[in-house]
Amino acid sequence: MLKVIAELKAANAIERLNEVIPYAATIGLAARREDGALISVLAFRESNIGNYVARAIHGGVVGALLEHAAILQVLAETETQVLPKIVNLSVDYLRPCLAADTFARGRVIRQGRRVANVRVEAWQDSPERPVAAAHAHFLLT
Amino acid sequence: MSAAAPPDLATVVDTFRRIPHCQLLDMRMIAIAPGCGTALIPYRPALVANVRTGVIHGGVITTLLDTLSGIVVMTTVPAGTPLATLDLRIDYLHPATPGSDIRGRVECYKTTPNIAFVRGVAFHTDEADPIAHCAGTFMLGAMGFRPPTAADEAPAPGNDRPGGQPC
Repeated sequence: MLKVIAELKAANAIERLNEVIPYAATIGLAARREDGALISVLAFRESNIGNYVARAIHGGVVGALLEHAAILQVLAETETQVLPKIVNLSVDYLRPCLAADTFARGRVIRQGRRVANVRVEAWQDSPERPVAAAHAHFLLT
Repeated sequence: MSAAAPPDLATVVDTFRRIPHCQLLDMRMIAIAPGCGTALIPYRPALVANVRTGVIHGGVITTLLDTLSGIVVMTTVPAGTPLATLDLRIDYLHPATPGSDIRGRVECYKTTPNIAFVRGVAFHTDEADPIAHCAGTFMLGAMGFRPPTAADEAPAPGNDRPGGQPC
């Protein structure tokens, strides 16, 4: 994994990290660059439904999307060469996340020597209307 | 005055069994009682975050604890009450052990007319040595099935329903 991270960072292609995360394939998680910004994408799949009446995506999968976007942002913005270890994640569910593709983008708020604090938002139709937001801490050592 | 009908535990478990994403993860209920539940997600390579270590992705633990929290809240409110997760915080206390199933235990320790409060842990075999700790809140009657209020008379268009992820 260290070698993979070093290679992806050297190639400025950290968005391809999902290719080496089996769970990312299980839920349909990927990422891309859009005008320089790292956007994580959770493709809609029936198997990600958590509420079959409201046809809403499972809150745990939304959490996974937010966590992935946060990790990518830490890898892209900091010098760390290891996979950041999550310390905690606090997710606010703001609107129903319905049966459609979902996107997320993170921001490193503060990077210390050992810990990074990251904010992330997820949306469907517009970034102005987030479906969920999270803050998380990661260990960089 | 009689209280609203309490939920039937078998109905709650049936609701859980029909959740597509829980079927994908092969999540199973181990025990359920009013206000408390235990569940399991079996370890499997498809759930791994880091192929070098074999450690399971945090999203699996989030999913286990979020689902279990919702199911446990359902046991404490009248049958049919819609729920939505308002927030969920997870502290990862130590990495999951590769190859080991993940269990979760959640209790709903307080319910008000609008909000239910939960706390719980994820662990392998010993609840006293948890992998993760969670605390969450759920909104009750969140999806428009509650008795109408003045706020309902001018509903906002589109996806502007207040609060939370329906569960």
